Amino acid sequence: MTAGRILPTLSKRGDPLASPARQLELLRGVRLRRTFGEALASASLFPLRPTTLEVLQLNLGKRCNQTCRHCHVDAGPDRREVMPRDVVERCLEVIETTDIPTVDITGGAPELHSDFREIVARARAAGKHVMDRCNLTVLLLPNYTDLVGFLAEHRVEVVCSLPHYRRRQTDAQRGEGVYEESIEALRRLNAAGYGDPDRGLVLDLVMNPVGAFLPGSQASLERDWKAQLARTHGIRFNRLFTITNMPIARFLEWLEASGNLEAYMERLVEAFNPAAAAAVMCRDTLSVGWDGRLYDCDFNQMLDLEIADPAPRTIFDFEPVALARRAVRVGPHCFGCTAGGGSSCGGATA
Amino acid sequence: MADYYRSEDLARFAEIGEEAGPLWEKFAAWYGAVFEEGALSEREKALIALAVAHAVQCPYCIDAYSQECLKKGADPEQMTEAVHVAAAIRGGASLAHGVQMRNTVHGVGM
Repeated sequence: MTAGRILPTLSKRGDPLASPARQLELLRGVRLRRTFGEALASASLFPLRPTTLEVLQLNLGKRCNQTCRHCHVDAGPDRREVMPRDVVERCLEVIETTDIPTVDITGGAPELHSDFREIVARARAAGKHVMDRCNLTVLLLPNYTDLVGFLAEHRVEVVCSLPHYRRRQTDAQRGEGVYEESIEALRRLNAAGYGDPDRGLVLDLVMNPVGAFLPGSQASLERDWKAQLARTHGIRFNRLFTITNMPIARFLEWLEASGNLEAYMERLVEAFNPAAAAAVMCRDTLSVGWDGRLYDCDFNQMLDLEIADPAPRTIFDFEPVALARRAVRVGPHCFGCTAGGGSSCGGATA
Repeated sequence: MADYYRSEDLARFAEIGEEAGPLWEKFAAWYGAVFEEGALSEREKALIALAVAHAVQCPYCIDAYSQECLKKGADPEQMTEAVHVAAAIRGGASLAHGVQMRNTVHGVGM
């Protein structure tokens, strides 16, 4: 690993923005032409209700071997929050006893969790589709080099972050030297059969803008990413997901420090797309925090916006009927998921 | 003249249509079609637009297409190379006209 590429997290620095309450205060202080609730109402979507629960997203914690400048989790090596054993066991119980088809594992770097492989293996044994949100460089860490084989063996869909197919943009966002390691990790995934349409091992890439602008057309960028990565590195992958940067945690810090916060929020509001609003991921996803608390999405989780009453508040009280009746909690950050082509953990939505 | 170009004026571009609506509508439709993905990708078209913006030295176009290039997936290296292409053609065009200068010199000189 290149020395000096790891930065202290907001939490480690004792920055006021480490507090979700301070983040919300800052976001709510930006004058917008309308609230997210008003925007939803204009599309006849307020209050926002869940559809069918398709995805249980487990956030295994905030530990990560990278400190990306846009991270909405404020993850990093100095974070200590990881999902305790009793929460893991309860999540597995829910996975094994319900018909939720997909388990989406995220973090931090979820692979660093000591129970990661057990979660994958038991979810797969229960017949679930499993997705691993992977930062790529974790696959090169000394004690994790057999992870690629494990993921292939269990036919896990690997969703990997790569903001750009070229070095400069990737390293600017994710840290010096991350690009080279990411390319090496992609080579190893390809060598294991990932990205080969005939093998059925799905390798997705996630790009997000390196700055205060929205991503372009997902289809167009995917063609570009595929051509460029094949030409320059011989790398293949299945799909490219475009994700809009959310004004939360370290990206929020950067927006404020660079003087981009108001213009970025205006850009998100201006680009509100009713079709994207109808397809937001919080309608079919339930997010479980490292400590077992429940959220409508990973972004609400990082802002401490717990699921609305009277729905169950933790995975220990999981009750699908009550959850299906809840109203999704929304705020100004939600404009990030409804701008332009929309944004979700599965990329564009509209 | 210090404020001759103002960033906020770009958002008023469509006001041009107030005096000649049908012409503006034709322009807007054609403009939109030009930048759709075709034989060239959206990224390549944005890079060409950025280069032309520098060649015609339009501040609005430079602002707009710097952002558009990033949005379409170009990176600063690609954008800088595009600006060099514009500069090379502008500089080269001046230099190539040196042939005209030489023709004149040879025509009247001994």
